[in-house]
Amino acid sequence: MTPENKLDKSKMVVVEGSYAVAHAVKVCRPNVISAYPITPQTHIVEDLSQFMADGEIPNCEYINVESEFSALSALVGSSAAGARCYSATTSQGLELMHEVLFNVSGMRLPVVMTIANRAVSAPISIWNDHQDAISQRDTGWIQIYAENIQEISDMTAQAYKIAEDKDILMPAMTCMDGFILSHVYEPVVLLEQDLTDEFLPAYEPENILDPKNPLSFGAFADPNYYTEFRYLQEQAMQKALKKIEDVANEFYDVYGRYYGGLIDEYRTDDADIIIMAMGSIVGTIKDVIDKLRDRNVKVGLLKVRSFRPFPVEAITNVLKDAKVVVVLDKNISLGLNEGALFTETKSSLYNTDIRVPVVGYMIGHGGRDIKIDTIEKIIDEATEVMKTGIKIESQFTDVKEELI
Amino acid sequence: MKEIRIHGRGGQGSVTAAELLAVAAFADGKFSQAFPAFGVERRGAPVQAFTRINNEPIRLRNQIYEPDYVIVQDPTLLEVVDVASGLKEDGILIINSDFDADKFNLDTKAKIMTVNATKIALDIIGRPIVNTVLLGAFAGATGEIEPKSIMDAVKERFPGKVGERNAEAIQEAYKMMKEAKK
Repeated sequence: MTPENKLDKSKMVVVEGSYAVAHAVKVCRPNVISAYPITPQTHIVEDLSQFMADGEIPNCEYINVESEFSALSALVGSSAAGARCYSATTSQGLELMHEVLFNVSGMRLPVVMTIANRAVSAPISIWNDHQDAISQRDTGWIQIYAENIQEISDMTAQAYKIAEDKDILMPAMTCMDGFILSHVYEPVVLLEQDLTDEFLPAYEPENILDPKNPLSFGAFADPNYYTEFRYLQEQAMQKALKKIEDVANEFYDVYGRYYGGLIDEYRTDDADIIIMAMGSIVGTIKDVIDKLRDRNVKVGLLKVRSFRPFPVEAITNVLKDAKVVVVLDKNISLGLNEGALFTETKSSLYNTDIRVPVVGYMIGHGGRDIKIDTIEKIIDEATEVMKTGIKIESQFTDVKEELI
Repeated sequence: MKEIRIHGRGGQGSVTAAELLAVAAFADGKFSQAFPAFGVERRGAPVQAFTRINNEPIRLRNQIYEPDYVIVQDPTLLEVVDVASGLKEDGILIINSDFDADKFNLDTKAKIMTVNATKIALDIIGRPIVNTVLLGAFAGATGEIEPKSIMDAVKERFPGKVGERNAEAIQEAYKMMKEAKK
């Protein structure tokens, strides 16, 4: 049963998505923020540097670094020394962090980073898709995707609470669609300082870099030990599955706002067709579903919030009674002709008794707008799959043949 | 749901106008959403910004193709951009121009209205910045928004004298459009 989201208009203000996130970071009381202030970046770190200049973030260092690689490297040391750490990045900047992402996770440092998801070069694109974060899938970071700016802003506090839990100690990426959410102005309740102080305890790690009590982080592990580090990281990810749910519920108890835990569902109860998607597109899909429900098309939405850890059980539970599953991906694994959510959904279903056709659509690459008509057409095609079976398993959407 | 598209040139404050409209609509008790047409912005280049206004929270995230209203900040855009594209037949197109509306031969069945926002801005604000003035004109022409909400939003965004003068210009444009509607 999904708790009802209590919207208190009297607490809402109209601000830009990036500002809402920066504000949320501020009230989470970070100790170190690092940023490489050049494209690709977001207004998040600009707003945070303004807060710093205005003295609004006490007990915090803001480090301007010379690259995204350095931005995350600076947080490795800071987090190991016991600081609550934050950065934000996107696109090529995230890709440059690739090596360091493994280090943060391997050292079990609960850094939180907002990703304003954007396409990767070449060709140069500044627009939204999910390729940047999806390409970092195996780095050992929790990845959660948001539908709107209220969710991404609130997710900041949730992410710290999940990441810093003593049973988890894994870094987290909170993902918002670049431009579509980072640059939109809409009404939002800015994360409340008093409630956040109640919800999010101070970060008090058991082990820190301390000259008085010397320790090594991420030191040499020969073949006698390396496997166990990986094993324990995976154990932590599995524990995070429950933690993400718990934290979403605790957040609701304190703030009265809820967006789902690992997943969320919309009109899935009696749905023959279930669409799966991540990020801001789920808002548009909900509108389409309402429209089609009026025409008696039994369609529902499975919104995937947590992509890592991947919520196999939660997803298969929702899909078990569906007649066809449609997965939308703003990414592609080149050479497989599939998006990641599609591949992993199929994989989750394989060794089960659930036998439901699953079709995939790769959509919205490089910011191509996803129109209502396109989603309606995909649902029409899913209706056909229900009757006659799968003809095309996975495909690009809206390809302009005239350009090829 | 009402959808508004604002055409301008980079530097004319189209994005700010869309944002202020969203702030004002929310102050009126509605839900709103404002976003730019994401591009590689340059001063002087044609740009677009959008606002949605609705009684319920807005979930839609796609771009606006069939606006109810269009605002054109710079009449020279008419030569390079199809400003009436997709505009609903019962919609309104507001152009900043000193010409009468019937001088514009555009491919639309929507009502065309003009306002000399540049003159109002020069007379009252002292600078040819028309984005806020056109919001006053929008309020007068469409009735979708309270002029006071626009003025409050502008005064909060630009505190002090600048905001006061903008508010005065908004009031003037509002009155002119309200008159023109009669």
